[in-house]
Amino acid sequence: MLIVRLLFKNAFRHKFRALLTILSITIAILAFVMLRTVIGAWYAGVDASSASRLVSRNAVSIIFPLPLSYKDRIHQVDGVHLVSYGNWFGGIYIDEKNFFANFAVEPRSYLELYPEYVLSSKEREAFLKDRKAFAAGRKLAAKYGWKIGDIVTLRGTIYPGNWDFVLRAIYRGKTDSVDETQFFFHWDYLNETLKKTAPSRADEVGFYMIGVTNPDLSSAVTTAIDQTFKNSRAETVTETEKAFQQGFIAMSGAIITAIEVVSFVVIFIMLAVVANTMAMTSRERTGEYAILKTLGFGGWAIGGLIAGESVIISLCGCLAGITLAFPAAEIFKKALGMYFPIFTVEASSLVMAFASSLAVGILAAIVPIQRAIAIRIADGLRRIG
Amino acid sequence: MFALFHYSLRNLWTRRLTTVLTASGMALVVFVFAATLMLARGLEETLIQTGSYDNVIVIRKGSVSEVQSGIERGQAAIVESLPYIASSREGKSLVVKEMLVLVGLPKRDTGKISHVSIRGTQGHALLLRPQIKLVAGRLPRPGSFEMLAGSSIARRFKGGGLREELYCGMRHWQVVGIFDAGNSGFDSEIWGDVDQVMQAFRRPVYSSVTFKLRNAQDLDAARKMIEGDPRLSLEAKRETRYYEEQSEMMAKFLRILGISLTAVFSLGAMIGAMITMYASVATRTAEIGTLRALGFGRRYILTAFLMESLLLGLVGGCTGLFFAAFMQLLTISTINFQTFSELAFRFTLTADITLKTLLFSLVMGFTGGFLPAVRASRMKIIDALRAA
Repeated sequence: MLIVRLLFKNAFRHKFRALLTILSITIAILAFVMLRTVIGAWYAGVDASSASRLVSRNAVSIIFPLPLSYKDRIHQVDGVHLVSYGNWFGGIYIDEKNFFANFAVEPRSYLELYPEYVLSSKEREAFLKDRKAFAAGRKLAAKYGWKIGDIVTLRGTIYPGNWDFVLRAIYRGKTDSVDETQFFFHWDYLNETLKKTAPSRADEVGFYMIGVTNPDLSSAVTTAIDQTFKNSRAETVTETEKAFQQGFIAMSGAIITAIEVVSFVVIFIMLAVVANTMAMTSRERTGEYAILKTLGFGGWAIGGLIAGESVIISLCGCLAGITLAFPAAEIFKKALGMYFPIFTVEASSLVMAFASSLAVGILAAIVPIQRAIAIRIADGLRRIG
Repeated sequence: MFALFHYSLRNLWTRRLTTVLTASGMALVVFVFAATLMLARGLEETLIQTGSYDNVIVIRKGSVSEVQSGIERGQAAIVESLPYIASSREGKSLVVKEMLVLVGLPKRDTGKISHVSIRGTQGHALLLRPQIKLVAGRLPRPGSFEMLAGSSIARRFKGGGLREELYCGMRHWQVVGIFDAGNSGFDSEIWGDVDQVMQAFRRPVYSSVTFKLRNAQDLDAARKMIEGDPRLSLEAKRETRYYEEQSEMMAKFLRILGISLTAVFSLGAMIGAMITMYASVATRTAEIGTLRALGFGRRYILTAFLMESLLLGLVGGCTGLFFAAFMQLLTISTINFQTFSELAFRFTLTADITLKTLLFSLVMGFTGGFLPAVRASRMKIIDALRAA
C-alpha cells in the first residue's frame, strides 16, 4: 500500500506536468478509440447481415442485371424457402450531397426476409397496398422531416427522370445494429414505368435475395444456384449476405488500412509524450535515486518505482480517454449519422486502448530505468538539475 | 541575434533525449498531415490529368458518370455531325463513341474481386488522348477480341498482363498491348473494340461520345446545340470538368478525414512541446536570472525561448516531411465511390504541400512554446537568481 502511495505522490509531484501529460494521453486514446469505431462502423453492414440469407447477382459485375425469370428457377432449388429481388435505384434527393441508399424491392417477400425492419401493421398494409409507396428508416425520415403521406421526388441517375414516391411507412430496427437510413419502394413501380419508357430495360433484376431453410445448407444452395445458370447468358455469383457485404468493403480496403495505420501512429505519438515526461522526471530526480541507493535499495527497486509511476500516468490518461469516448461517439453519431448509421464503441477497441497504454507506460520507462540503474551513487549525488 | 540562436540550439542539443522525443511526436503528426494532403492531391491530379481541356464528353442527362449513362446509336450519330468537331491531319473527324462497363476481376496479390472499367472504344481514340503511350506489345486489330490494358491494371489484376487472357462477357479476350497514360485515370482501364464489347455485354447503347473541339472556345455553342436539340436528352461538359467531378466526393472525404485527424493529433503533440518547454524553463531559472542581470531584456528572453520551440517544431516538421516524401513511391488503389470502379493513384508531394506542412509544424512549435516563453520572460531577476 505504501508503495502505491509513493508512486502516486511521485507521479503528481509536478502537478502541472502530470496533468498535461495525462491530457495528451486522453486525447490520444480518444482519437484511437474513435478511429477504431470508424473502422467498426465500416464493417457494421457485415456484422448486421444474416448467415441464412444469400445474395445472387450477375457474375460479370454488380452493374449487370439478371432476368426476372430466374426467380422461379431459384425457388426450385432445394433448401430455398423465400426469394426476393431488387434493383439499386441510385436516385438523388434534391442535391447530390443528400446521399442515402435507395432501392426498388419486391415488398412482400422483402419484408418477410428482413424481419429486423419493424413496421407497424397499419403502415405495413398501407405500404403494401400503394404501388407508389416507399418506406424509410426512422433516422432518414427524421433527417429530412418526412411525415407519413408526404410526397418525395428522387431524380434518377440510372433510370432517367423524376420519380415521385409517397411515404407510407417508417421502419424501426429490431436492434441497434440495424441500419435505419434506407429508402425502399415497390419494384413494380420501377418496372411498369420502364415498360413504357425503356422496354429493353424492363423485367430485369439487379440482385436476388434468398432465404434458406437452414444456414448449414447455404454453401450447398450457393453452388446449386450457380450451377443452374452456368454457361447461360447471365451467369450468377451467389454468396452469403456477409460475403457480399465484405466484397464491397474489400474494394475500399486501402482506405481502411490507412485509417488502421493512422490509429497506431497516434499510439506512438502518445509514447513520445510519456517517454519525454518520464525522461525529464527521472533526470530531475537523479539525486534522489542516488540517496535511495545509499539506503540500500537495489537498482531494480528504483526501476520498479519509475515504471510504476509511468504506468500510473498513462493509465490515468487512458481511463479519462475511455470515459470521454462514449459522449464523443454520441456527438459523432449525431453529426455524421447519415454516413455511419451504426456507430458504437466496441469493447475490443477499449481493451486495445487499455493494453496499448499499459505498453506505452512500460516502454516509456525503459530509458530512464536504464539510466537509474547505471548511475553510480557518487555521480548521482554530485549531479544538479 | 546570432548569440540567441546559438543559445537555443545548444539547449536543444544538451537535452538530446527530450528533444528527440518531443520532435518525433511532432514528426509523426506532421507525417500524417502531409500524407493525407498528398493523397488528396494525388487523387485530384490523377483525375484532372485524365481529361483534356479541349475535349468535350457527352453523356445522358442526369447520369453522373459514364457507367450510368446511355446514348442510342441514332443520338450518337447526331452528336457526331456537329460542326465544331476538329479533324485529324488525314481528315478524320476526332470523335469517339465509347461504351464503359464495370467488370469484376481478381487482384493478383490477394485474389479478391474488384471492379475494373472496360472501355469499348475506337482506334482513333488515341488521337484524342495524346497522353496515352503504348509501352509494350501492339495495338489491337479493329473488330477483334483483342484488348489493351492500362499499366496499373497490368500490374495489379490477374489476366491483365501482356499476352494474358481475360474471361468476361462469355468471351476470352487476349491482352495484346499495355499502355501508359501518365498516371491518369485511364491507367486503371482496359480498352477493347467498341462493337465487340457492346456485343459481348449485350448493351445496345454507347455510354459516352467524346470529341475534340476545333476551337476550345466553342464549348458553349456546342453545348447549346446538344442540349437544345429535342431529339437528344444529353448533356455536354469539358472532359477536365467531368473528371474533376468524379473525384470531388473522394477528395473531400480524404481532406476532411485528414484535417480532423491532424487537428486532434496536433493537440497531443503541442502539449508534448509545452511540457518540454515548461521543463526547459523551470530547469533554467538561474540561467534566465543571470541573463536578465547581465542586461538582456524581457523581450529577448521571450524570443530566445520561442525560437527554441520553433526550432523544435522545425526539426519535427523536417523529419516528418522527409519520411512523408518516401510515400511518393507508394500507389494506393481503391474504389472510387462515385464511379464504383477501381482507381489507382499516388501520393503526390507539391511545393504547396511542403510549404503548408512546414508552416504547420512551426505553428505547432509556436503554440506549444508560447506560454512557457511568457512565463520565462515574466520572471523577476531576484527570484530567478535565488532559485538556484
